[in-house]
Amino acid sequence: MAVLEILAYPDPRLTQESQPVTEFDSALRAFVADLEETMRAGPGAVGIAAPQVGRVQRIVIIDCSGKKNLVSDHGRMVLINPEITEWEGYAVGREGCLSVPDFTGNVIRAERIMLEACNEYGEPLQFKFEGYEARAVQHEIDHLDGLLFLDRLVSRRNDLFKRKPYK
Amino acid sequence: MKRWYMLTVVGKDRPGIVAHVTAALYEGGCNLGEASMMRLGDSFTIMLMVQHQGTAKSLEQILETVIDSMDLHMHIDAIEGRLHQHLLPDVRITVFGADQPGIVAKITGALSNAGLHILNLESDVGGSDARPFYIMHIEGQAGAGLDALRSALQVAAGEGVETSLTAIDTLVG
Ligand SMILES: [Zn+2]
Repeated sequence: MAVLEILAYPDPRLTQESQPVTEFDSALRAFVADLEETMRAGPGAVGIAAPQVGRVQRIVIIDCSGKKNLVSDHGRMVLINPEITEWEGYAVGREGCLSVPDFTGNVIRAERIMLEACNEYGEPLQFKFEGYEARAVQHEIDHLDGLLFLDRLVSRRNDLFKRKPYK
Repeated sequence: MKRWYMLTVVGKDRPGIVAHVTAALYEGGCNLGEASMMRLGDSFTIMLMVQHQGTAKSLEQILETVIDSMDLHMHIDAIEGRLHQHLLPDVRITVFGADQPGIVAKITGALSNAGLHILNLESDVGGSDARPFYIMHIEGQAGAGLDALRSALQVAAGEGVETSLTAIDTLVG
């Protein structure tokens, strides 16, 4: 086990598109263990994606269980080759990133998503995420597509209204 | 050694102020840091962190020509601060309603007593001279928790003022 070095923006490797995982072997699980240790070493991180440590493969880890008042909370998850199959609603929320030190910004994300992925043993999984957890998953999957939350920033000035529902 | 200054520039708004001021700073060998620049009324306002090798006086000399030619005013303070000292806000407050005397003092006073440290405030007046409305966005740190702020806001806002308070839980991943 080891804490891996996290790439920081503007490292060009963060903009690469990651490749699907094809071998679900012990080498993969060893890397996942290192990736998780790296995530837990970062202050307050709820997720991490393999390209953040320079491995351009479609692997992310999510764990929002330390947060309060979650609408959905699946605890610790290893999501390999994740695909979002459905999006619903949208919400503005504040994001930061292990790869973007000392900056946070507002980003619009879908409020509810359906996801298909495999775990580290290659077993297929299906999830329904909502709210903060859905945001974390979308943030990490962006990393797999070479995107950072910087690519999705919205202005601080005008879109902060908590919209009232239409009646 | 280069050190940081806070440069304030104010003047009647016209196109090109930012371009001209920052070009003069660049040609003078300065680095730029965090900034807030916006039109307020018919003025344009700049608050800008500038890193400069030399005194406040010599920074002023770098800017003199552009400031005079565009009919602007400037003010320069040496500051202890530097970059990468952001504080993370944990609460966002929006207030809007018919404009009334003292509304800002009343609401920010109540929030301050309830532990709010304001990190960013943007406000605007819309409507017309006859019927102005006021709108304010605040981001800050709730030193004594969100519930304290929530009740302070309720008491201070009163009739006809809409308020909302939302926790900012910054996602890091
Ligand atoms: Zn990230």
